[in-house]
Amino acid sequence: MRLFLIALVVAATTVQAQPSILGGTREDFRRYCAGCHGNAGDAQGENADWVDPKPRDFTLATFKCRSTPSGTLPTDDDLFHTIKRGLVNSNMPSWKPLPDETVMNLVAYIKTFSPRWKTEKAGTPIPVPPEIPVTADDILAGRALFQKMECWKCHGPEGRGNGPSASTLTDSKDQPIKPFNFAASSRFKCGTTNQDLYKIFLTGLDGTPMPSFADNFKGDDAWHLVHFLRTLQQAESPEKVVWTEWLSTHQGQLKPIGPEGQ
Amino acid sequence: MLLTTGILGAILTANLATGNGAYRAYAASLNATAHKTKTIPAFARKYGLRCSACHTAWPELNAFGQAFRDNGYQLGNERDSPIFQNPTYLPIALRITPQFHEESTTNQVVDAVPGDSSIKVQRRLTTHGVDLSGMDFWTAGTLYKDISFVLLFSSDNLASFHFESAFIRFDNLAGSPWLNAKVGKFELDNLISEKRFLFLSNNGGLYQSYHFAPIGDNNGFGIGDNQLGVELAGHNVGSYTRYTASILSSSDGQPGLVTGNSYDGFFTFSQAFQVPSLGVERIGAYYYLGQMPTVYRTSGGAPIAGSGVDNKTFYRVGLAGDLYAGPIEVLPFYMHARDDPFLGTSTPGNQALPAGARGPQWNAEFVETHEYVNARFVLTQRAEFVRMAQQAIPGTPTNVGDIDAYSLGLRWMPFMFSRAGLALHSEYSLVRTVGGAPLSGDGVGTPPLTPTTNVWSSSLLFAFDFAF
Repeated sequence: MRLFLIALVVAATTVQAQPSILGGTREDFRRYCAGCHGNAGDAQGENADWVDPKPRDFTLATFKCRSTPSGTLPTDDDLFHTIKRGLVNSNMPSWKPLPDETVMNLVAYIKTFSPRWKTEKAGTPIPVPPEIPVTADDILAGRALFQKMECWKCHGPEGRGNGPSASTLTDSKDQPIKPFNFAASSRFKCGTTNQDLYKIFLTGLDGTPMPSFADNFKGDDAWHLVHFLRTLQQAESPEKVVWTEWLSTHQGQLKPIGPEGQ
Repeated sequence: MLLTTGILGAILTANLATGNGAYRAYAASLNATAHKTKTIPAFARKYGLRCSACHTAWPELNAFGQAFRDNGYQLGNERDSPIFQNPTYLPIALRITPQFHEESTTNQVVDAVPGDSSIKVQRRLTTHGVDLSGMDFWTAGTLYKDISFVLLFSSDNLASFHFESAFIRFDNLAGSPWLNAKVGKFELDNLISEKRFLFLSNNGGLYQSYHFAPIGDNNGFGIGDNQLGVELAGHNVGSYTRYTASILSSSDGQPGLVTGNSYDGFFTFSQAFQVPSLGVERIGAYYYLGQMPTVYRTSGGAPIAGSGVDNKTFYRVGLAGDLYAGPIEVLPFYMHARDDPFLGTSTPGNQALPAGARGPQWNAEFVETHEYVNARFVLTQRAEFVRMAQQAIPGTPTNVGDIDAYSLGLRWMPFMFSRAGLALHSEYSLVRTVGGAPLSGDGVGTPPLTPTTNVWSSSLLFAFDFAF
């Protein structure tokens, strides 16, 4: 037992002797990230050929999950949460078990790969207004937007990622890319909450065909669409409860989504 | 008709003749085990992650690897499901370690003149050469969402195989990470794993604390041995808080229902927390309550496997930690242990104990340190001590059975990819046992002529440890 206690003291003492672990961040990057992203952050890791979608190329500083306007750099917080959360439908796992400090250091290290970080500042986060109550009219408005904004062309009439344009889509590096399948996941690309989905509409997913609708949406449009998209998921949600109840009495009133709905 | 404990040796392979049965049984098992350590490049290939994503230095797990394991070998992305795997992908990993090693042990009892056993003397015995380890043939993966398996065939260096691990596990029962179960043969949830540690030599490749039994004790149990049973486990997201509760057959992991109809229990709890500038620190506690039959029924004088009765109890309890100080990892461990007097004196339960016999008690502790110079180079050290607190037979010198063990090593991985692993491994380990048979070499050492004599045993190892 003495040895056990001594070890605790030694460990605590050693802590004081460690001025910083920042110097180890390059090693951490190679340990956790470089297999896909490459030692140079250029998405040329040894696994890159086998990963679909392809890993992020940090030399371009183009990031999907941001709180900032399209075309701008993300905040450190955006990158931190992307690493911690992982990216659904990709090879990027959640790195939640890593210490926060390690992840913060990795964020700083990722920013060394592109000169953009030296000349530009991160964009200003887009505020997310309070969520509106879920109602049938609200969901119907979202459904109308889904039709009007032609979301179905990529995501498909039922949100299964199988719209008529789906097979033609490529990302900014000319790699084929699949639109998100709402029916197959309870999460979204950049998070799990309605707020996370709301942000995507306003920020877009840079480097992908998913544009920002910041200039198109007015008022509560984004919330309407969020609530409608929730109804496409298999998982239970308040939106789905409201929608199912409404459908039970109004099914015949709906126009189909898709070309015939135009 | 009942037969007494002496038969147990024949059934359980514990060699009671030396008076150090558990030790001998374990030493023999060293031969039958490919590695005490495990690593699974098949998972690295499956997920496209480098070995280092889950291992501090393979095979030891880091916090991310622990969380992956706790989640039923699932990362939570679409590669979890076998359905989405490339049909050519096979979750198979192989590991073997070609090596040069030297084993040397003092005070070994030999005939003064070879071939003439009338006069015994004590000599240092040394042997060295190029050798092989055994081999691990490992497959593991997911069968369905939240259902996974592990199957590990291990061989000795003569390719004699046995099942080191074989279990199925069910995760996220009722949708909760706090309810996961596995059934089969598996490693106990020791916070400091002997199966994924960084020592390979004959003397250093085991925790003495995990396999110690006092001299004269016939309890073959080792907390480092894989056991047969059912484990209920739970953890929070990220696995910072973890528990396990296991019900295990009282067989020390030997299949075939060879002992009796009794069960052991093992319970662990650990909590990790982040400390700025340090890393993820984990402290845990464990408790094992076991029993072992001391008498077997016989038929025609031969013992009947599985008919053990007159169970006697033992326990192991203690604390362990996994502490980081930047690139330095410190693993402290403490155990207090007690065996029943019948086990401690190898006395069948249907016979009288020797006069004054007591339950032997001992304390074991070690501190292991790793310095991760970088992700591909690690320096290792361990100092371990086992001290008898109470001998089973009054009058036995207090220090008989005590052990000091020291190991130093380095492990360099010249490359680090996701398809395979190679480590150049060097290690020196030194063990002092008092009055007992050492574990040096192939485990066939003999106890010294007098019970208080020190026996020093050393291992020197240079190895190519590779896994594919």
